[in-house]
Amino acid sequence: MKKIKGLLAIVAIVVLSGFGTISNGYKVGDIASDFRLKNVNGNMVSLSDYNDANGFIVIFTSNTCPYSVSYEDRIIALDKKYAPKGYPVIAIMPNNTTMQPGDNMEAMQRRAQSKGFTFPYLIDEGQKIYPQYGATKTPQVYILQKTSAGNQVKYIGAIDDNYQDASAVQTKYAENAVESLLSGQPIKVTETRAIGCSIKF
Amino acid sequence: MRISGLLLLILLASCKNETNGNQDVETNEEIEITMLPDLEVYDFEGLKPLLKTASDSVYVINFWATWCAPCIKEMPYFEAINKNYKDKKVVVTLVSLDFPKKYDSHLKPFIRDNNIKSRVVVLNDADSNTWIPEIHPDWSGAIPATLIYNKHKRAFYEQPFTYKELETELQKFLN
Repeated sequence: MKKIKGLLAIVAIVVLSGFGTISNGYKVGDIASDFRLKNVNGNMVSLSDYNDANGFIVIFTSNTCPYSVSYEDRIIALDKKYAPKGYPVIAIMPNNTTMQPGDNMEAMQRRAQSKGFTFPYLIDEGQKIYPQYGATKTPQVYILQKTSAGNQVKYIGAIDDNYQDASAVQTKYAENAVESLLSGQPIKVTETRAIGCSIKF
Repeated sequence: MRISGLLLLILLASCKNETNGNQDVETNEEIEITMLPDLEVYDFEGLKPLLKTASDSVYVINFWATWCAPCIKEMPYFEAINKNYKDKKVVVTLVSLDFPKKYDSHLKPFIRDNNIKSRVVVLNDADSNTWIPEIHPDWSGAIPATLIYNKHKRAFYEQPFTYKELETELQKFLN
């Protein structure tokens, strides 16, 4: 009887933790696992390909989300500013493209071309990577720093505090985080929240 | 200010001139068909009173936008709850997060064309990092999202609903 109860408890824990996956994922301080995802140019991209990088600005984003679209120019600007300083942008499209055909590889290729993306725009085929990160929506930023232990999560959240109007931004959360990393200072705001489009699975 | 008023008058006058050639009946019909609803637009401070109550009613607050496909899919269930539970003191409010530039082109036509009966309000407050955790600490910011509350308790759901699921959650507030 005791054994059965114990077993039930384990089953309960497994089931409950399964339900909790939405809020799971990386916390600031965790080591992010690498991935191997297809880029819009057909190549496979991993974080380990970037020997010279000091870290990464990983952004889950999509074609179809108006919030993502609103941030496209600002994502390009982030890459142009910080790739030369060792923090390139890596964009990942996490949506299920059967649910959201406007985010399929061909549509991603067209968008990357028309906007002149300077960074890889990867598809999370099979949707294995975004749950590891704990991303729930697009756009969502994870800033990673290369350490001897791996790529450590330093910041999770929004790009800045105004999704509607780039010229009305008061605080550039993502930029501030990278600047702190570059100058070896602690990051003041390590987590922020913003409205976004739920990831379609 | 005076100048813009004058400009408006001139514009209105010129519009009138253009339509002078049309038949009156036709013009009236056109106005009726294209009439768009007014919007209640709030910043977070303005929305706050809608997020708590001292009354005996149960409030269902759904965060949505016209561009959010799963939000549009579940909207009929919120409309149905609003209709079916009206006499049980359940109030549904649909909080749109559409961008201001889409109010006239998307939001207002959507409300009109779908004959939305629940109260629709618009939250226009760009500083979402401040207000998202105030609405609920567990909310990552993804929509659709729904808050159900009465004067005793509240629950938050960052997920889409079926009618049955929504009704089940609502029942917990009615017993």
